[in-house]
Amino acid sequence: MRASLMPLHDHKGGLMIAVKATLMRDLTLMLRRRGEMLNPLVFFALVITLFPIAISPDPELLAVIAPGLLWVAALLAALLSLDSLFRSDYDDGSLEQLLLAPQPLAALGLAKVAVHWLLTGLPLALMAPLLGIMLALPAGSYAVLALSLALGTASLSLIGAIGAALTVGLARGGVLLSLLVLPLYIPVLIFGAGAVQAAIMGDGVSAHLAILGALLAASLMLAPWAIAASLRISING
Amino acid sequence: MSLCLQARQLACERDDRWLFEGLDLDIRSGEIVRIEGPNGSGKTTLLKILSGQHSDYQGELFWNGVAMSDTREHFLANLLYLGHAPGIKSGLSPLENLAWYQALSGESGNEAQRLEALESVGLAGFEDVPSGQLSAGQQRRVALARLRLTPRALWVLDEPFTAIDRDGVAALERQLVAHAQAGGCVLVTTHHELTASSLLRRIALG
Amino acid sequence: MWAFINKLRSPKWFYAISAKLQPFFWVAAAALILAGTVWGLAFAPADYQQGNSFRIIYVHVPAAFLAQSIFVSMAISGLVYMVWKIKVADMAATVMAPLGAAMTFVALFSGAVWGVPTWGTWWMWDARLTAMLILLFLYLGVIALRGAFTSRDSASRAASVLAMVGVINIPIIKYSVDWWYTLHQPATFTVTGRAAMPMEMWVPLLIMVLGFYSFFIALTLMRTRSEILRREGTKRWVQDLVTGQPEEKR
Repeated sequence: MRASLMPLHDHKGGLMIAVKATLMRDLTLMLRRRGEMLNPLVFFALVITLFPIAISPDPELLAVIAPGLLWVAALLAALLSLDSLFRSDYDDGSLEQLLLAPQPLAALGLAKVAVHWLLTGLPLALMAPLLGIMLALPAGSYAVLALSLALGTASLSLIGAIGAALTVGLARGGVLLSLLVLPLYIPVLIFGAGAVQAAIMGDGVSAHLAILGALLAASLMLAPWAIAASLRISING
Repeated sequence: MSLCLQARQLACERDDRWLFEGLDLDIRSGEIVRIEGPNGSGKTTLLKILSGQHSDYQGELFWNGVAMSDTREHFLANLLYLGHAPGIKSGLSPLENLAWYQALSGESGNEAQRLEALESVGLAGFEDVPSGQLSAGQQRRVALARLRLTPRALWVLDEPFTAIDRDGVAALERQLVAHAQAGGCVLVTTHHELTASSLLRRIALG
Repeated sequence: MWAFINKLRSPKWFYAISAKLQPFFWVAAAALILAGTVWGLAFAPADYQQGNSFRIIYVHVPAAFLAQSIFVSMAISGLVYMVWKIKVADMAATVMAPLGAAMTFVALFSGAVWGVPTWGTWWMWDARLTAMLILLFLYLGVIALRGAFTSRDSASRAASVLAMVGVINIPIIKYSVDWWYTLHQPATFTVTGRAAMPMEMWVPLLIMVLGFYSFFIALTLMRTRSEILRREGTKRWVQDLVTGQPEEKR
């Protein structure tokens, strides 16, 4: 045969290079569209504003329901931003390239989820104490609120990414995404809001935070595989 | 080491209709294989199956004699696939886009390589423009710069000539021939008529 | 084991074998449910606290058991489909989802009806009822996701992944809801009191549970068979079956 030789590559690794580049790429993209990044935060503040208007401006009443309200509103804000997690990559074709990279897809997916948490969950957690003041959240629970949200939203991003990956190929995936993901959010919500309530009542919060940590550890172990499998399904069309 | 992608009794069913059935393929070094067929005959689906993206098929795939499922990483490390969508992020510059693709294959690379690759597709001077401001043809050229930037033996190109101007088409065609002559392999679908050559082989679908 | 898995690959084989199995489960379901109903409603003693209203247990508990078991079977079928590409497993998972959702609804509805004499209200955020409600949402999610895809293969695999994710979460959800409930002042007693039940009460319950399971198996077999015909409609053996070969015709 005529064939001259063209060397075939062995798979050389370089996973860290690929993961780091994916992290940097998604961070750059998000930071270039700051408006989009602010949307969940504005949504969070808006929803919190609705409750005193709809229920009562009475600080004593608000103080009772504040932990739950803050957690539910933050959860919805995090959910709102999930739909776009893989969508633009799907639309412009870079998702199929991501799937064809000679790297474990679970690790690359995890990098994308990490960026989502860093630019959505973490800012929500940092902003929550401010909104807590507006809801007359009793003193002594502010740090726990931020900490529980920071821990909890990481699990929410991971679990939600499974739903986002499953629905990314669908034209109207947004509402379906909420239907798939919200039931799975309930354990995180229970222990997250529970932590803040325990802090208000002066009980120990370490048990709650430990369980939130355990949920995060479990999500970290299992979710990346589910995300990878789901992306493969979605790219199949 | 020559490469060899084989399909045995490949069949794909979509919505109770067989796109193709009993397809046997042997794709080897030094070939340009053009998949032909009318719209809807399953050209894109076949390329996606052959590039390991679709799992909804019957039959078997072999890469250098090993079943695809056992050698997937090695296969992917030698594959460059360009689909309908160029896979270019509009929010990133051409340089940044290429840097990500280079990193995905596990190399950090350097800026000089990327600049050279962009220059080779005629995009000198557009390195730092956000890709969203480029024309469709220019975005396609950014994607094509990967052919030079990340050398792979097997190219799977789905309609690579889309939106490319006449000079670009000629240059790309020369590049395909050069790749095959160097022992690489090109698998391509296109509505553009390729110049007949001893390297070119056609496979008709539908 | 492998021979069995290979046989399962053929919908035709499953269609034939399920035709033989189906009648047994229908008979068992009818007999057990009839016996359990009569025993439970007429002969089992009334509860000393709740009187006759406790008898709703004979519908509520089997339905609740089944609601959870069906989700687990659905996830297992999904796993079997993903790992071995056995289409029958996916067809079974497809038909199980609405059945499971219906059972969950029955459990919820009977729980609500039970709530009226017990709590004096149709709905109470009782731990079991809440967990059941979440289960219903999980079912609806699986059904909706399957319906949203145009490609059948993608729909099946997506629904399988979601069912598996759900099944991992069900115990976590159950545990956290229980924990949440005990924290927020439990009601005087839960619907299905775990207190020791006299034998005359739980034997009919056991019969009912077995009857419900037989019913589930029979119905799943039946609906899987029609799903096979629907999906394999273009295949030769199905067309032979429908047009009727000479010996079957008469």
